[in-house]
Order: sequence, then structure tokens, then C-alpha cells
Amino acid sequence: MDLSFLAIQALNGLSSASSLFITACGLTLVFGVTRIVNFAHGSLYMIGAYTAATLVPRLLELSFGPVTFWAGILASAIVVGLIGVLIEVLLLRRIYGAPELFQLLATFGVVLVVQDVTILIFGPEDILGPRAPGLRAPVEIFGRRFPSYELVLIAAGPVVLGLVWLLLRKTRFGVLVRAATQDREMIAALGVNQALLFTGTLFLGAFLAGLGGALQIPRVSAHAGMDLSIIAEAFVVTVVGGMGSVPGAFLAALVIGQLQAFGILIFPKSTLVVVFLLMAIVLAVRPYGFFGRPEVIGGAHAVGIASRERSPFATLAVIAVIGILAALPLIGDAYVLKVATEILIFALFAFSLQILIGVGGLVSFGHAAFFGLGAYGAALAVKWLAFPMETALPAGLLLAALGAALIGAFVVRLSGIYLAMMTLAAAQIVFAVAFQWVDVTGGDNGIVGVWPSTWASGPTTYYFFTLALTAAVIVLLMRIIDAPLGYALRAARDSTARAEAIGLYIRRHRWLAFTISGAAAGLAGGIYAFSRGSVDPTLLGIPTSVDALTMLLIGGIQTVTGPLVGAGVLHVLRDQIMPLTSLWRLVLGLSIIAIVLVFPRGIVGTIRNWREERT
Amino acid sequence: MTLLSVQHLSKSFGGVTAARDVSFTLERGEMLAIIGPNGAGKSTVFNMVGGQLRPDRGAVLLDGQNITAASPQKRFRLGVGRTFQVAQTFLSMSVAENVQMALIGSRRESEALWSPARTRYRDDAVALLEQVGMAGMADHPCSALAYGDVKRVELAIALAGQPKLLLMDEPTAGMAARERADLMDLTASIAGAKGIGVLFTEHDMDVVFGHAERVIVLVRGRILATGAPEDIRQDPEVRRAYLGDEHALERPKGLSPT
Repeated sequence: MDLSFLAIQALNGLSSASSLFITACGLTLVFGVTRIVNFAHGSLYMIGAYTAATLVPRLLELSFGPVTFWAGILASAIVVGLIGVLIEVLLLRRIYGAPELFQLLATFGVVLVVQDVTILIFGPEDILGPRAPGLRAPVEIFGRRFPSYELVLIAAGPVVLGLVWLLLRKTRFGVLVRAATQDREMIAALGVNQALLFTGTLFLGAFLAGLGGALQIPRVSAHAGMDLSIIAEAFVVTVVGGMGSVPGAFLAALVIGQLQAFGILIFPKSTLVVVFLLMAIVLAVRPYGFFGRPEVIGGAHAVGIASRERSPFATLAVIAVIGILAALPLIGDAYVLKVATEILIFALFAFSLQILIGVGGLVSFGHAAFFGLGAYGAALAVKWLAFPMETALPAGLLLAALGAALIGAFVVRLSGIYLAMMTLAAAQIVFAVAFQWVDVTGGDNGIVGVWPSTWASGPTTYYFFTLALTAAVIVLLMRIIDAPLGYALRAARDSTARAEAIGLYIRRHRWLAFTISGAAAGLAGGIYAFSRGSVDPTLLGIPTSVDALTMLLIGGIQTVTGPLVGAGVLHVLRDQIMPLTSLWRLVLGLSIIAIVLVFPRGIVGTIRNWREERT
Repeated sequence: MTLLSVQHLSKSFGGVTAARDVSFTLERGEMLAIIGPNGAGKSTVFNMVGGQLRPDRGAVLLDGQNITAASPQKRFRLGVGRTFQVAQTFLSMSVAENVQMALIGSRRESEALWSPARTRYRDDAVALLEQVGMAGMADHPCSALAYGDVKRVELAIALAGQPKLLLMDEPTAGMAARERADLMDLTASIAGAKGIGVLFTEHDMDVVFGHAERVIVLVRGRILATGAPEDIRQDPEVRRAYLGDEHALERPKGLSPT
């Protein structure tokens, strides 16, 4: 490892820092003004790459030359900017006042929609873009060849930073953007045309995402999956830099670029882990990132469960539901039982999340981590320790509880959107470990041969086994929600100052809640692993976390039983619709957006509301 | 022993000194008001006593015990109850549950996992609500109350910890004139009966001169004067501090202070 190699690595780090900054800069600007964390920002990046990879070659056929190439890149970015405007006008404008959770979910709905629409328009194949005219030959640096296009990228970051700086400092629009980032209410009070300001900001943000994506085409082919990988990194950059801060994003991108370039040398397979660990450490030391300010947080946006009069039939209803479920094997065939088993598992998974979100107001966006840890814990115990199911399940639960205790210790210091981002990052770390530590976890293929003990292996018996465990744990969790701990969590959610003034140690309560919730999710994961006979990294992925959140959303965040209903509805819908269409993600994405916009109480919440209005 | 002894408290924010060398004492059963023009440092001093802010210099002693560095939670357990300028209650709970939660907190049961919170200390909670005249609303959602009632519930919550010292930051802000006098009369009678020392900040001079036994005037972070309401009212320096707003210190017409 000589000096020239290190220099090249440093240059590589700079060029990825540049790309990352250009994209993350858009995200942080949009957040600063609108206070929305735009999950779809990665999708805009992907659209930019696809558009450029399709558009630029056509333009180059007309007239070959550098000018055409760069004009094509710029045109692609402008197209993406206009798509950003469309998203603002159609969706974001309607949810500026909504709780953070709804904003995150709605923009994730856009992610799902874009995934399917991208494939519809551009086809399922990866698209390899053209190389930049005039920049094809590598240059020699310290006796090593280095792609000249990368040098252009290295310059692009500071150029964009400079231009954005000029825009923010020297134009009226820029002054308004900075003012809105500091105090949105004041801007409104001063009579600024907010609609125009927000739309303009979204154009700028989406333009930068598109530019970031378009600039990638000579380096990597445009492919599905770009969106989620870039959004995770862009989140890290904006959070580490301080949300809303452009210089912070630049600094964070530089640090992360170098960390990735040299992290490869130290931990060849763990670049993802290193990046997310950086975020964990920075947030632990500076909860608002390098240049973030506490005021930037959205504020008291928590909605959740409230006290209601106890229905005298509540206990009866619980017993009746369990009775009906226990009678299901009498009428259902093996397929129905398999679906019912999965629904029960996901009901437990969603319910464990409700303790954090509905009760504690803690928007955990990485709950898949605990589900996956439980599944992997059980699978690893079977594979490496030859544990039978009876001991593997508790092992999985224990691993998930430990993981939740560890992650919880970091995140309970945070609140609002920072907490959501941190839990997401934590889940991505776990995902990266499962994905990259191939020797132990089997990597992408996961672990197979995770079968239940003989006595429980029939579909009927396993169904009863699942029903008994999930029902017991859900009843236990319901008690906890009603017990002082659940009330203390709600107290901290309603008013931090008051909770502290009556002697509640909020962080300790929240940490306990994380651990309990993680353990329950881990049990669900373990049961799931044995029901399928295998585990793989998708169990830990962002889509799994979003599944749980969607179940909460469908059922109703403000209700205790909502997540259970939501799990059933989502699962049945998926089961019915998925075979009919290849556009399941489009359907799901549009459904999520529709629920957020027109049906935010969810099924149980709406029914309850309707009944209360009648009486 | 003196209930509360505040010694040489100082606090700066950047270049702004919000409190300089502030010292005062408060006895059991006494009502002590801190007044001063906007930006005088009332809230800073108040939050240093309440534990929301850490002073740069100086000490806060409660019953002789140094609590300068204690957390709000610790202070609560040592007998400090407080209400906030904008009332802080748990809006998702019923009125009784709010008080029950404070009782649960004071008995360190907030991590219990099994028997329901709403059945714990229900009678004690209703008794406390009785004291502030809110027992009839015990089962109403806190979010459905009028603001004046929320303030009363907050008082009941603060009393749930059996405080020796009650801190009230602008207790009557946002209330109607009639409600203000009622709330302060209520506070005074409870404090007198239980021997609770009350420290409060206030903008409303009717409330200050009607209910405080002693008044501290804070101007630009310093104590300008301390004394009985009548002396403060006559103090030429205080009058100068309220320059342009001299009427603020005049005896209210029509309402006679108790």
C-alpha cells in the first residue's frame, strides 16, 4: 500500500463525496424549508439517471460533442426538477401540517409508485449510459491511471456548493429559503407567497437530485434499486451535517466519501456499517449533527393513543376473537392456515411497533431490524448451535432484545425526525451485517433449513403454536400499554416538561419500551423464520419496516387494535392483488398516499369516529 | 430552617448576562413574587430554581440541601412542584389520570408493567382534584377543558408530589381577570394550610400586589429591590425601572387586595 495508492483512494473518496453532496444538498434544502424528509428524493435521483441514460445517447446521435453531453445532463436534471414540482403540488402541499410519520410514509408511497412506473417507462433492464465526450481517456496521477471523468465530478461538488451559496445569498428566493429554514411561521406571518416558495424549493431540490443521478451515467448503469441505496446515504449525509444545513451536508459528504474510500481497506466488506456507525456516533455526541439546530425539528407532531372509556365488552371481545381464530382449522385448508399464520405473525410485529409509535410517539423507521434479528437469531442458533426450535426461538428473542436495548440506548436521546432517521440507520447497519457477513449469515442467500420441531411441523399445529404465542404476547403488550409504563410513555409524548416535573425519567422509560418492543418483534421474526424454513436479508430491509408502518396506518395509529386489523387487511390484499398484477408496488404506494390524504385515522379509527358521532 | 435559599446565581447566554448575583430566600408558607420588565431575567432565575437551566455560578439550597445540579426529576422527589407559563398537562389522558400519573411518578411506580394505571391512586387523585375544585371533571378528557380549568388541574398535579416548594411561572397568564384572582386565592389557601412556600413570576400587578407577601424586582438580571408590596410600590428606583408604565404599579381601582 504505497502513497500513490492512498492518493488515488482519496481522490475516489472525493468524487463519491461530490456526487453524494449534490444529491443530499437537495434533500437538506427541501427539509429546511418544508420540514418534510422526502423519502422520494432517492427516486428523483434514479429518475435523473434513467432519463439521462436514455436522453443523452439520442442527443449525441444528433450532434456528438461535449456541449451536447452536458446539455443532456442539464436537461435531465430540469425534467426531474419539474417532476419534483408535480410531487409538491399533488402531494406534499397537502401534508405540510401532518405528523412526521404520515409525511415519511406518504413520500415512501411515492418511492413505491416511482419504482413501478420507472420499470413501465424504461423497462426492467439496466441502462448503460454513454461516456462523456472528451473525457474518455484516463489521466495519470502518481503513475496510476485515474478516470478523467471522476476529476470533473470532484470539481462538480464545490461548483454546486458555490452556485447554491450564491443562490441563497444573492437572490430574493435564496433569502426566503434561508428565512423559511430558520422560522417558517415568521415567513408565513410576513405574507410571503409560501406556495410559490415551497414549489420553487422542491424544483431546486429535485433538480439537484436529478443532477446527482444524471452525473452518474458514465460511471454506473441506471438500475432499479438506486433509489433506496442513495436515499439511505443521503439521509446519513443530511443528518450528520445537520438537517437543513448546506455546508453541513458538504462537510458530511466529504467525511463519508473518505470513510468509504478508506473503510474498504480496513473492513473490506463493511463500508455500509462504517458509514452508519459514523452517523450513530455523530448523533450520540451532537444530536443535531454538525450544523443542525434543535429548532429545526418539526415539533410536537406526535399523535397516538388517548384514554377512552373502557367498553364493558372489551375482555369478552378479546376472548371471542381468540375463540374464532382457534376454530379456523375447522373450516380452513392448509393454504388458509398458512396465510393466517403469517397474518398472526405480522399482527404481532405491527403491534410491537405500536408501543413505540402509538403509545410513545417514537417514530421508529427501522423496526425490521428487530424482526430480522429475531429471525436471524433463531436461524443462526439452528445452523451453528444445532438448537431445536424450543430454544432457538428464545435465542432469537434474546438477540432482538439485546439489539433493541443497544439501539435504544442511542436513539432515546433523540426525538422526532432525528429518531426516525437514526432507527433507519440502525436497521441499515443490521441489514449490512446480514448482507455482507457471508460466512456466518449466508449473505444474500440467507440461511435455509430452519424447520420447526417435529411436534409442531404440521400446518395446523404450527398455526395453533403461533396463535398461542402471538395471542399471549399481544395480551401482555396490551397490559403494558395500560400499565404505568404505557402511561408514562404517553406522558412523555404529551409533554416532556410536565413528565420530567413529575419525576419521570423519560429516556429510561423509552429505552425500556424499545427493549420490550424489540423483544416482541424478535419473537415474531423467529416464528416467521420457522414458518418459512429460511431467513434472508429482505427481512431486515426498509420495505419490511415500511410494511409494519403501513399496517399501523391502515388500522389506525390512534387505536390499540388498529395494527392487528391493519396486518390482516394488508396481508389479505397483498395475497389477492399480487397474483393479478405485476404492479403491486404501484397499487400499494397509491394506497398509502390515499390513506394519508383521505383516511388518516385508519380503519379502526374511522369506525370508532363514526360510531362516536352517531351516539 | 429556610425553605429555599438562592445564593449568588449568575447565568449568561453568549454575551448576554441574564442573571447576575441573584440571592434571596423563601420561607415555608410564604408567597414570594418575582417581577420585572420583559427580559429582566425572571424566567432564567425561575428555571435555575426549577432545574431546567444550570447556573454558571451560585447555588440553590432546598431545606439546606444543595440542589444546584439536581435534575428536574430529582427536585420533584425532594419536594419541588411546578406549573408552567403555558400549562403543561397530558392531553391524551383524563383529568384524574393526569393526577394519578403524578402520584405514580412520586411513588416511583412508572415502570410497572402489569396492573392498569387508571386503577392506581384513583381516590387520592380525586381528593387532590377536590382541593382545586375539579373533582366533578375527573373523568373528562383533559383536552376538553377550558384553559382556566387546565391551570387548576396543573396545580393538582404539582400538589401530587406533596411539595414543600411550589414554583409557578406566570400562573395566571392567558386567564380571564376573575379566574386569576380565584386561582391565586386557591393557591394561597392551600399553601397556607400545608405550609408550602410559593415562588411565582407574574406580569399582572393586581395578582402580585394582591397575593404576594414579598416581592423581588429584577431588572437586567439584577435584584433592584426586595420588600413588602407596599414598599415596592413606593420605591422610586422601581418606579423608574417601569418608566413609562407607572400605572402598572398603581393600586388597582375597584379591586381591593386581600
